[in-house]
Amino acid sequence: MARTLAEKVWSDHVVRHAEGEPDLLFIDLHLVHEVTSAQAFDGLRETQRIVRRPDLTLATEDHNVPTIDIDKPIADPISRAQVDALRNNCAEFGVPIYSLGNAEQGIVHVVGPQLGLTQPGMTVVCGDSHTSTHGAFGALAFGIGTSEVEHVLATQTLPLKPFKTMAITVNGALPEGVTAKDLILAVITKIGTGGGQGYVLEYRGEAIRALSMEARMTICNMSIEAGARAGMIAPDETTFDYLNGRDHAPKGADWDAAVAYWRTLPSDADAKFDAEVVIDASELSPFVTWGTNPGQGAPLSDVVPTPEDFADPAAREAATKALAYMGLTAGTPLKSIAVDTVFLGSCTNGRIEDLRAAADIVRGRKVADGVRFMVVPGSVRVRLEAMAEGLDKVFLEAGAEWREAGCSMCLAMNPDKLIPGERSASTSNRNFEGRQGPGGRTHLVSPQVAAATAIRGTLSAPADLITNAS
Amino acid sequence: MEKFTVHTGKAAPLRASNVDTDQIIPAEYLKRITRHGFEDALFAAWRKDPEFILNQPQTQGVTILVAGPDFGTGSSREHAVWALMDYGFKVIISSRYADIFRGNSGKQGLLTAVVDQEVVEALWQIIEEAPETQVKVDLEARTVNAGELTASFEVDDYVRWRLIEGLDDIGLTMRHVETINSFEAARPTFKPVTR
Repeated sequence: MARTLAEKVWSDHVVRHAEGEPDLLFIDLHLVHEVTSAQAFDGLRETQRIVRRPDLTLATEDHNVPTIDIDKPIADPISRAQVDALRNNCAEFGVPIYSLGNAEQGIVHVVGPQLGLTQPGMTVVCGDSHTSTHGAFGALAFGIGTSEVEHVLATQTLPLKPFKTMAITVNGALPEGVTAKDLILAVITKIGTGGGQGYVLEYRGEAIRALSMEARMTICNMSIEAGARAGMIAPDETTFDYLNGRDHAPKGADWDAAVAYWRTLPSDADAKFDAEVVIDASELSPFVTWGTNPGQGAPLSDVVPTPEDFADPAAREAATKALAYMGLTAGTPLKSIAVDTVFLGSCTNGRIEDLRAAADIVRGRKVADGVRFMVVPGSVRVRLEAMAEGLDKVFLEAGAEWREAGCSMCLAMNPDKLIPGERSASTSNRNFEGRQGPGGRTHLVSPQVAAATAIRGTLSAPADLITNAS
Repeated sequence: MEKFTVHTGKAAPLRASNVDTDQIIPAEYLKRITRHGFEDALFAAWRKDPEFILNQPQTQGVTILVAGPDFGTGSSREHAVWALMDYGFKVIISSRYADIFRGNSGKQGLLTAVVDQEVVEALWQIIEEAPETQVKVDLEARTVNAGELTASFEVDDYVRWRLIEGLDDIGLTMRHVETINSFEAARPTFKPVTR
């Protein structure tokens, strides 16, 4: 029978199938961080269980580590206690860990792929909803809660009900200056924050095939914002080229065997999806959010919408509430909205290509007066690579802050946060109320829009800078 | 886990859609390393507003939350479930939930009942007019009852069975450790390890 990519990966991991029960799935890679693991390790201790496969488990410190003065002890005692708990737990249970200061430390979803640990056809889980990022390799990757973290630590398996499948087919080519971030924001606005619930999304079509691995990660990363636990992209030559030679990628005969297997994974031509959404890439333009959930977005060239224009009463009420929180008036051109802070980073857009794209726009220009532009690489590796290319100097000379690696202002668990009422343009993934600090207001944007916004001080596309210069 | 068959209690109406887990519990409270004591963190930002529904005298002692669609979206933080339970909630009623939140609830014994949005609206009306109404949620019969209203709700069969029996997931999986061993032995050698 014809099968989709998701169905193939699923069936290759079923340890046990019984009628009326969830399938028991084997987990190939379990990533761990400080925020969602402490209570799971406690659970193991209470029940005198061990970590079944520490060699399939990897921890890193990312969510609440500082991005300055990392050679000093973490100032916030509660954050420090949580990071210490992770270090102690990893030592006690034999789990490898990349701590603050280590050359491989960084955001868990940046670290896994750059080490070559994320590979096609794997099952990958982490106590973090943006685990969907790893689906860019054709892995079935999804976020789990702390009870499930404990379950995987103890058994290396998870009981799961099969997902439905949804194809997101993106035809045509993205216009110049339109990025993967614009594409995924447009997809979420189209299907809504609940549109993907119960589904694994498979992004396919010409526009997806043309994307780099890093751009694919940006797309899959935000699947959760459409309500889907996982997003996937079929592995191809782009995937194999990215993986070949990485630290944990297979070598020699194993590489050949792996590639032969990976080539069997793409959805069969006649495979049936439970739902399909078709998008024409050529119609897209830079996209931003105006509201307080990632489905409340619009093309940057548009205006703040009028709540009365929404047919659905719940959407109308949500839009009214969002505009009040965001301090925005219907009909205001989005490009006239001034920001206080620009944040470039996160597991969505904190990789080297993102930093390069932003640096290309910033080079030789100055950050607008009164705007704080924070650049936070996704990992130490990304940071060092950027510095080797001189990108740190480009950002610093423009007046930006060049920080150490971590989740930072994406979720404001460390000292990097907005103050109440402050407005940001952010390359992160969530514009929820207070996400970047209590009372803070977030507009989600691509790295290119973030950079142009930092220069102009109002939400801007790179093209707006060129017009100005000429 | 405590067994769940029937629960009767007061209910609070939360007239909002897309209540994300950042609202249920803001990130600053996620630094704690205990599994309990999150009652103060529940809806922390909204509770600063005196008008918020859980600050009203009539909602004191509620154990059931009736919420708009897409409850629990966003972050996977299980702390959202712990905070709801520590506050005293035993049941959430909504027309739609985010998948991860729903899974987390099932693991902890917090019942997430799915009803049509019309039932949510009817419940809102009943409990707003008569906040002392005792709402009865019967997991065996899959029904919710409030005043004149009786409606059936959906819940996953397997989760229902586990809640009624009060069974621990890890214990259930451990019964199949031999099957896991043999699956593991047959895995391809090209799969990566972390050290």
